[in-house]
Amino acid sequence: MAQPSADESIDGFRARVRTWFAEHVELTGGAGAESFDAVESARRFQAALFDGHLAGLTWPAEYGGQGLTTAHQLAFNEEAEPYVVPTMPLLIGLGMCAPTLLEKGTPEQRDRHLARMLRGDEVWCQLFSEPGAGSDVAGLRTRAVRDGEDWVVNGQKVWTSGAHYSDFGLLLARTNPDVPKHLGLTMFVVDMRAPGVTIRPLRQITGGSGFNEVFFDDVHLPGDAVVGDVDRGWQAAVTTLMNERVSIGAGGGGLGRRLGGGEFAALADVARRRGGLADPVLRQRLASVFVEERLLELLSQRIRADVQAGRTPGPQGSVAKLAGAQLARHAAEVGLDLLGAGGAAWTPDDADAERWTQALLGAPGNAIAGGTPEIMKNILGERVLGLPREPAVDRDVPFRELRVGGGRS
Amino acid sequence: MTMADDLRASVRGLLESAAPEAEVRRIADSPSGFDAGLWGRLTGMGLPGIAVPEEFGGAGAGFAELGVVLEEAGRALLPLPLLSTAVLGAQALLLSGDTEAQATCLPQLAEGRLRVAVGGLGRAACSAVAGPRGWLLDGIVDGVLDGAGADLLLVFATADEGLTLFAVEASAPGLSRTPLRTLDLTRRQARVELHASPATLIGTAGDGDRVAAAVLDRALAAMAAEQVGGAQRVLEMAVEYARTRYQFGRAIGSFQAIKHRCADMLIDVERARVAADAALAAVDAGTPDLPVAARVAGTFCGEAFFLAAAANIQVHGGIGFTWEHPAHLYYRRAKSSQLLFGSPDEHREALMRLWEGSRG
Repeated sequence: MAQPSADESIDGFRARVRTWFAEHVELTGGAGAESFDAVESARRFQAALFDGHLAGLTWPAEYGGQGLTTAHQLAFNEEAEPYVVPTMPLLIGLGMCAPTLLEKGTPEQRDRHLARMLRGDEVWCQLFSEPGAGSDVAGLRTRAVRDGEDWVVNGQKVWTSGAHYSDFGLLLARTNPDVPKHLGLTMFVVDMRAPGVTIRPLRQITGGSGFNEVFFDDVHLPGDAVVGDVDRGWQAAVTTLMNERVSIGAGGGGLGRRLGGGEFAALADVARRRGGLADPVLRQRLASVFVEERLLELLSQRIRADVQAGRTPGPQGSVAKLAGAQLARHAAEVGLDLLGAGGAAWTPDDADAERWTQALLGAPGNAIAGGTPEIMKNILGERVLGLPREPAVDRDVPFRELRVGGGRS
Repeated sequence: MTMADDLRASVRGLLESAAPEAEVRRIADSPSGFDAGLWGRLTGMGLPGIAVPEEFGGAGAGFAELGVVLEEAGRALLPLPLLSTAVLGAQALLLSGDTEAQATCLPQLAEGRLRVAVGGLGRAACSAVAGPRGWLLDGIVDGVLDGAGADLLLVFATADEGLTLFAVEASAPGLSRTPLRTLDLTRRQARVELHASPATLIGTAGDGDRVAAAVLDRALAAMAAEQVGGAQRVLEMAVEYARTRYQFGRAIGSFQAIKHRCADMLIDVERARVAADAALAAVDAGTPDLPVAARVAGTFCGEAFFLAAAANIQVHGGIGFTWEHPAHLYYRRAKSSQLLFGSPDEHREALMRLWEGSRG
């Protein structure tokens, strides 16, 4: 197959994508994000995509990308719409870690990792949050201390999606506790199989385990593991988090969530089968879900159109993130109320009850991961509306004098 | 700058200079609730006929441009009959298919010389009888937007053939108009009573349900744009106040309780904007999805504006509860707008019916 170029016509490209999907339909299909099977499915799909010159459409060609335009990316997205693309386990790497390396990484880091990430040969995770540093992630306490040319890391991370199947991670650690919190952080590339790295799955309220705790005990990192500059890790982390928000927003409010994920259609189907469609109150609530879902689609379209036109996305990314979490909870509540007592106790073959109880239990997570509504509203209020910040007690204070989390740092 | 940006800048420029709050209040308090001078300036910019085809003397623009104008009008609480004449009146004539009425009325409408009000859009309360000397209308039509000042009334009435659109001259015998007390001080409504009033059939007898439904979709899209303009304005007012009002030694906007309230307004305004834009675009594209897009905009933009207008008063505290402060004018406008073309509950029920209809 010919190497693509930015000159490739959208129509020609579209036909190429359509043919590729038709020929690789066996690689598509649904799978949960939490199992190793899902990772293997993702790797196989991504490798085939890479070999078909369809991975990393807008990435530079020198790192294995295709150097195409966002118009090509949108055409790809439209052609992919009918398929369930099983790449969720790769999204943190491709959507957040890779853009960070592209922007802040050394040439050697980019050469070593980017093409392998793009082919699904390397799966990545992001190691920022800690038990004592959630919303205030710059208050993290994991230490990286120089040891000659190397660094030695000690500490604990938490809420690390996919750590148990990842090959590498982007680690944010404190390298200088004697300066204010944002000024003493450094970002590192860490091999998740390095000695001293211990990964423990964290069981969520859904019963599933998509997240992990990661412990670092005297983990040695080479000097060339630093991403960007020493003590300038916050800037690199901001790059990662901005990409997170764009990818959450453009994806329709949830990582990997398919557009028009069909909450309304699914709820209306339950109502129809279980006889709720005659109830005027339930009809009102169903229609509210319909409206919220439609608004989220429209917001996501607007974000993608902005990206395509080269405009900096406005507040719609944060709005979509909030709206997505709200829709998830709202839909789950309607789902459970439609089931009535059947949503509190059911036989194992009741797929409706399984789906909507899982949705209900998962909904609080949507409102926490990637920035809580409380933090998002601070950002909207301060950065978009220009409202003054709260008086800060932690600015200009050396980190070691701050109270962080449940104890003293 | 796009053409829409240019249009927005010119309309905003005109309204900021010619229709500031004091002028809006003056016009709203005047006996007629109308100002010929300001109306003339709007006409000079071609606004009454902005969405009227060029063959009828209009600007031939689409709803995207009409939406820009109405957003600015909503922002300024412009108390002039744009929604009634430029949207309801023009669209009812255009959608009726009555080329004769269009050729007679639309050029005058576009020139600002014919103010048109539409009655009975939601529920026909009039009956029409075909007599030897033409149609005669009887009944009471409530809530006719700008009905008291209109030169021509378009009325949906029930004939033997079914719902039908008629035109009644303001000077027609048997016609009387009473201004109603209105929640919204900046938009007049009238009760129109018809007693054997002669009327002209517009379009085809019995075609009124189709015309009314099509006008309603466009009215909802247009109203959504107006609501976005009003909601954006109250958000700006609240933010400005929160930045400059100090209590406890801090700008009140630095307190999360206030900041988050403002952020909630922003979230609603951003969503209302995409909903309104989608409805306006659906009109221009003529997509079959228009009724859905219009009801989504109708329910969401109405609620967003009302919640924002209420939040604005709360952010302002006591001063926001005074007659002198403009916050209540928006609060009144917001609730009234939410009810004019159907309540949020009705829009949601309509969405369910549309969904059921689409499933056959």
